Amino acid sequence: MADDTPLLEVSNLRVAFPTRTGMAEAVRGVSFTLGREKLGIVGESGSGKSMTGRSILRLVPPPGRVTADRLAFNGEDLLAASPRRMRDIRGRRIAMVMQDPKYSLNPVMTVGRQIAEAYRVHSKAGAAEAKRRALEMLAAVRIRDPERVYDRYPHEVSGGMGQRIMIAMMLIPDPDLLIADEPTSALDVTVQMQVLAILDDLCSQRGMGMIFVSHDLNLVASFCDRILIMYAGRVVESCRASELHAARHPYTRGLLASLPRIDEPPGDLPVLSRDPAWLEG
Amino acid sequence: MTARTDTRSATWRDWLTTDTPQSRGQARLGRAWAGWTSFRRNRLAVAGLLIVLALVVVAALAPVLAPYHPYAQDLNNRLLPPSAAHWLGTDAFGRDILSRLIHGARLTLMIVALVAATAPLAGLVIGTVAGYFGGWVDTVLMRITDIALAFPKLILALAFVAALGPGIENAVIAIAITSWPPYARIARAETLTVRRADFISAARLQGASSLRIILGHVMPLCIASLIVRTTLDMAGVILTAAGLGFLGLGAQPPLPEWGAMIASGRQYVLEQWWVAAMPGLAIFIVSLGFNLLGDGLRDVLDPKGD
Amino acid sequence: MTMIDIRNLRVRFGQGTDTVTAVDGITLSVREGESFGLVGESGSGKSTVLRAVSGLNDEWTGRIAVAGTEQGPKRHKGFYKLCQMVFQDPYGSLHPRHTVDRILAEPIAIHGLGDADARIDRVLRDVGLGSAFRFRYPHQLSGGQRQRVAIARALVLEPRILLLDEPTSALDVSVQAEILNLLRRLRAEHGLTMVLVTHNLAVVANLCDRLAVMNRGRLVEEMTVEELRRGAAREPYTLQLLRASLGYDRATAESFRDYA
Repeated sequence: MADDTPLLEVSNLRVAFPTRTGMAEAVRGVSFTLGREKLGIVGESGSGKSMTGRSILRLVPPPGRVTADRLAFNGEDLLAASPRRMRDIRGRRIAMVMQDPKYSLNPVMTVGRQIAEAYRVHSKAGAAEAKRRALEMLAAVRIRDPERVYDRYPHEVSGGMGQRIMIAMMLIPDPDLLIADEPTSALDVTVQMQVLAILDDLCSQRGMGMIFVSHDLNLVASFCDRILIMYAGRVVESCRASELHAARHPYTRGLLASLPRIDEPPGDLPVLSRDPAWLEG
Repeated sequence: MTARTDTRSATWRDWLTTDTPQSRGQARLGRAWAGWTSFRRNRLAVAGLLIVLALVVVAALAPVLAPYHPYAQDLNNRLLPPSAAHWLGTDAFGRDILSRLIHGARLTLMIVALVAATAPLAGLVIGTVAGYFGGWVDTVLMRITDIALAFPKLILALAFVAALGPGIENAVIAIAITSWPPYARIARAETLTVRRADFISAARLQGASSLRIILGHVMPLCIASLIVRTTLDMAGVILTAAGLGFLGLGAQPPLPEWGAMIASGRQYVLEQWWVAAMPGLAIFIVSLGFNLLGDGLRDVLDPKGD
Repeated sequence: MTMIDIRNLRVRFGQGTDTVTAVDGITLSVREGESFGLVGESGSGKSTVLRAVSGLNDEWTGRIAVAGTEQGPKRHKGFYKLCQMVFQDPYGSLHPRHTVDRILAEPIAIHGLGDADARIDRVLRDVGLGSAFRFRYPHQLSGGQRQRVAIARALVLEPRILLLDEPTSALDVSVQAEILNLLRRLRAEHGLTMVLVTHNLAVVANLCDRLAVMNRGRLVEEMTVEELRRGAAREPYTLQLLRASLGYDRATAESFRDYA
């Protein structure tokens, strides 16, 4: 694997859906590259951030249409990949963790079996080997009693534990890229920190790249290396996380200003006024 | 001239589709219009609607539309095949089949209307009350529903007419009595989902009585599923009534009820097939119409698609 | 005067071995005109306390006094003219088949107040929505607009107490700022007593005078917002919550403990 090939190259990504009044674009020309780093994509609802994450994995359901000048993973063109090749890539090379483990975990299977199955799908391992690896992964996500949790059903574990199980399941095939779509939004704030610490460690240990999609600007700024701010399907700002306070685009500045802060005295928060010019990027 | 009509139609369309309605009436009509445009897009559903409307029109205008009197016998012209004089032929008594079908549409419509007006309403009331109050109210009402559901429609109708004597009114009552349980179940299921919603809590927090909440908040949300289920059931109701008529337990001669017509045409089905086939075709078309309409309504009224 | 006085409130769900104690002996009071924040993570019982005070939940033990009158499990109609609630989810708190007009007219009709048109117009203006919104259905409104209608509905009976259950958690950041500003203005204009349940300490800092922190059904700590701003919390759980609210920090995340 050449070290200077970026992990992910996205150029002019567009996602469009047919509506009664013609094609509506949810993503309108998004471009970025990703190395082995943590990239945050931040936006409000309707900004297209989740669509961007899903379109990388070609998970946009028809009749949605995904087009791009270039969508390459490790140099390989994802748009030209056959469905079989995409199934290979999904899970094994690129993994995705979503918001609520309640909806992404199979409710009628024990969590241990789900993780083991995720392993066996992407390798030729037998049942015993898969169970061993699953237990290893449960320990890697800081679950204290892997043997006991292995036999639990999803409804028997808490939200934070469910999300850690999701992470275990997604990372067991050792992917190169992790796309996390609001992975901690449904969690309590202290649990959020613990789950993020796990993600942080696993990513740096394995040299993974991560795309972290969220609406929480502060969280992304403190967790990621670089940030993209999206508005109405476009990237309006791209900066290093440490330089967020020096952001230039009025939308970003407006968003930062409208956030309430613990250490600020009470008083009216400046309200973001949307300039229609922002729609043009 | 064209320009003026265009602006006129553009204005009332704008009035209906505006997102700032100025009155309750405008809001309701606007919503109905949105539903209609959505429904209109489904060609099959529109076909179903046209069939049902045709049934209503034919029933209403039966004396005008029918070329002959439905009871006029002409024994010289019995069992004639379809011809210019008798478009659908004549039956065993020389009566014009087309005229009998047209007048029979009234009976079909009456059966459908009576059942549709009673069974779903009863089911709605029972289901929402059971679902909203829960506890022993729910248990008692649902057990009653289970018992009623256990009776097969046709058998109960048979028992009913056997007890009260044959006749179309008794057949309709029997069908209506056995039809309400599924509606109660549907209404209860919807009520259980709705009961937990914040808007119900908000209504309670305003001091709304249970009656107000059930009538104003819960029932409107059950209506959509019930309407769909009712139209889909109408096909079955027609067939049940036809079945009873076929067995001689529904409409009595000389009433031109479609099922009874099939029954009397049964003995001639090999040679004079039209005597049984024509009423059969009528039943088929009307049932199909209701089914298509029901499917189309489901697509439009489905609250999950809201 | 003390507007809300809660003593030793206990709320249990379920029976026998399945009993869950959602609220385990809470005592707190809210003064008239005060804006009080009730903070906690999920399962802390904060929403349950609110529901018990509002009368939505009637299976509690202890003492709840509102505006000096002790309350029983059931509330009488007059109570609802005194105390109203705004819910978290703007998409679930408005009936999907009712227009805004109908939603606002209902409390007026229930309590037999006259002058519906004038009241509705007034309250819509109060929450920053014009009369153009009056006959819209909820699906024709944005999240922020829906929440404004929910607030209008709560205000139409001119209550003195407003209970808010995570009113901005389901809203976009930019909309949250508008709603917080609106609540601040309404409180000043109407002299409302507000109890705000939230997990977001920054919202509390912006809108409240005092706060109480809850964990697993128990009251951990009470403090003023001034103390919160200085980070002058005493209990380790509160300090942990404060640190977590400041953003991700690898070292701090390591130090988090499970406080049962």
